[in-house]
Amino acid sequence: MTDTSSEAIDKTRVHQSEAAARRRKARANAERRFQTYGVIAVLIALAALGILIFSIAGAGVTAFWQHSIKLEVQLDEAQIDPEGTRDLDTLRRAPYRTIVRDYIKGMFPEVTERRDVRTLTKLLSTGAVTELREYVLANPDQVGSKVVLHVPVSDDIDMLLKGQIDASLPESDRRVSDQEIAWVRALQDKGLIEREFNRRLFVNSDSREPELAGIWGAVIGSFYTMVVTLALAFPIGVMAAIYLEEFAPKNRFTDFIEVNINNLAAVPSIVFGLLGLAVFLNTWQLPRSAPLVGGMVLALMTFPTIIIASRAALKAVPPSIREGAVGVGASPLQTVFHHVLPLAMPGILTGTIIGMAQALGETAPLLMIGMVAFVADVPQSITEPAAALPVQIYLWADSPERAFVERTSAAIIILLSFLIVMNILAVLLRQRFERRW
Amino acid sequence: MALAEQFDSSNVDIPPGKGVATSTEVKMVAEGVDVYYGDKQAIDNVSMEILDKSVTAFIGPSGCGKSTFLRCLNRMNDTIDIAKVTGRIYLDGEDINSSEVDPVQVRARVGMVFQKPNPFPKSIYENVAYGPRIHGLASTREELDDIVKGSLARAGLLDEVESRMHEPGTGLSGGQQQRLCIARCIACNPEVILMDEPTSALDPIASARIEELIDELRENYCIIIVTHNMQQAARISQKTAFFHLGVLVEYENTVDIFNNPRDERTKDYISGRFG
Ligand SMILES: Nc1ncnc2c1ncn2[C@@H]1O[C@H](COP(=O)(O)OP(=O)(O)OP(=O)(O)O)[C@@H](O)[C@H]1O
Ligand SMILES: [Mg+2]
Repeated sequence: MTDTSSEAIDKTRVHQSEAAARRRKARANAERRFQTYGVIAVLIALAALGILIFSIAGAGVTAFWQHSIKLEVQLDEAQIDPEGTRDLDTLRRAPYRTIVRDYIKGMFPEVTERRDVRTLTKLLSTGAVTELREYVLANPDQVGSKVVLHVPVSDDIDMLLKGQIDASLPESDRRVSDQEIAWVRALQDKGLIEREFNRRLFVNSDSREPELAGIWGAVIGSFYTMVVTLALAFPIGVMAAIYLEEFAPKNRFTDFIEVNINNLAAVPSIVFGLLGLAVFLNTWQLPRSAPLVGGMVLALMTFPTIIIASRAALKAVPPSIREGAVGVGASPLQTVFHHVLPLAMPGILTGTIIGMAQALGETAPLLMIGMVAFVADVPQSITEPAAALPVQIYLWADSPERAFVERTSAAIIILLSFLIVMNILAVLLRQRFERRW
Repeated sequence: MALAEQFDSSNVDIPPGKGVATSTEVKMVAEGVDVYYGDKQAIDNVSMEILDKSVTAFIGPSGCGKSTFLRCLNRMNDTIDIAKVTGRIYLDGEDINSSEVDPVQVRARVGMVFQKPNPFPKSIYENVAYGPRIHGLASTREELDDIVKGSLARAGLLDEVESRMHEPGTGLSGGQQQRLCIARCIACNPEVILMDEPTSALDPIASARIEELIDELRENYCIIIVTHNMQQAARISQKTAFFHLGVLVEYENTVDIFNNPRDERTKDYISGRFG
């Protein structure tokens, strides 16, 4: 190495020299290091996702079942329908509260004090009376016979039975008294308390009583909102994308539009909510809390996403297809609608689904336009007040009752399931139609 | 085939009686055509007359503007934003660049086959039926079937695809795809067919079939073909135009271009000295 002439690179064997071996080793090391970093990054991301899913699932899974009391009552005709007309109005006004109270009182003949009877009745949800009434209205022919119903226990008792209220705490520190615990244990011993699938979570709408609260109203509200969003954002977004990509001249003005569409996609969603409040509600006087307005606001938010995805999908269609069509004398419009658009459709639909999934999970703009009101009914049209899934989660998370905690997580699980299904759909669509040319 | 052999003029032999224009009807005329891509001039003052019922070959080194000029003839350059065409081009005496003329109509009359086969990602049947359908060439399903079958037969493809007309056209081999594109083109009943290096992606056998096809089509159509293959130009064309750097250098009967080129540049090119 002291001899300068040996320092000069031997051009004939550069790739076998020691320096080359060193370079190869350094390269291999760099590659291994990079892969390690990559694996670590992926693991961190997976861990974050895992923690999220496990914590939510852990908190929410108990909401999918519920404890109920077997209500075995004689539907006394003299009490319910003394005239025997089976008139619905009469049936609706029958004293079901008394029937339920007498039944539970019959379990504990030793309880006579008025106050104690009231507490005893409160072991049951107020829904017990409603559900009995609904049952009779649906089956008037059952009046006079003995029926068996499973009615929910109150939320505190449900919490106790699920072990979320600790019976070993001093009585003053828990929401359930020793007396109530004793009654519940007695009912359990008689085999009257059962654990069942919480159907009410899916078929009921919002309620002040956690044990009766469900997401159905919010699902329908979200559905109407999404229909409005899709009906507005999809045609407008796709038309705008087709015009910009296939017809508009490329000049400063279209560049300016392009930049602004990209900006629009980055606007925080709450700003769209404020816009909806100012324009749709205050200026146009559209109904508050309605899926119509919610859908319009979310459409504003979604349509830049759709434009951007659609333009990318249109751009990905090879020019040779367009040339082929133009070459056989297809007009520009025919070229787009017969050849380019069908090929771009999977990409457009994928973008649309992803945009809709974002819109489905969006809360802030809906709060701004009043879709945060307590709505206990299933909306019948897009102009009626409605809840939406993410807003329902927000409302439940804000409720003081202990039993709403697990329901909040359950609602999140349901919302996430919808989102996952939509995203899987997008991925399938992309794979199914990938590169057919 | 060795490259040197392909470009050696001594190997380009033209059978007696071939390579001479027999038709006298003029189908298209170009007068002082200039094409600019932005500021860059790609075609410089080209004037020529193209005969009906014959094959005209465009030859010349890469980038000399053959495709560009070809695309002027059916207003295909309209689809390129930066391209600007000036000068006059007549089809049967009518200026195709005039404002009264609908470019879509021009493209229906002047069909085009591209260098790379580009069938639509639809069925074989749909590929061929598309043109006749949008141009209203068939009023019944049976008529359309006849056009499709007839066009495929003339493109020499019918036997190979008859049993799978409803399978995707993109599933065919490269040579079959190119013949499908030719069938798609002739199904529209054009008067002129422009072909931009139609065989450059094909093997010698597939190329030979397409050459045969072009020779047959010549009886009814005006055909213009761009090719880098001297042999091919010599075999199938009656007239040959040599382009160089955007200029039309020489335009003669094919025999004369290959056997006694007048211009030095033509001579150099066909003898393989530059290209
Ligand atoms: N779309 C375009 N935009 C800008 N310049 C172009 C465009 N198309 C062609 N050109 C230029 O015009 C000139 C002629 O191109 P053209 O494609 O007509 O050549 P060609 O003779 O067909 O070549 P080849 O034999 O390689 O196909 C070239 O210099 C090319 O760079
Ligand atoms: Mg070319």
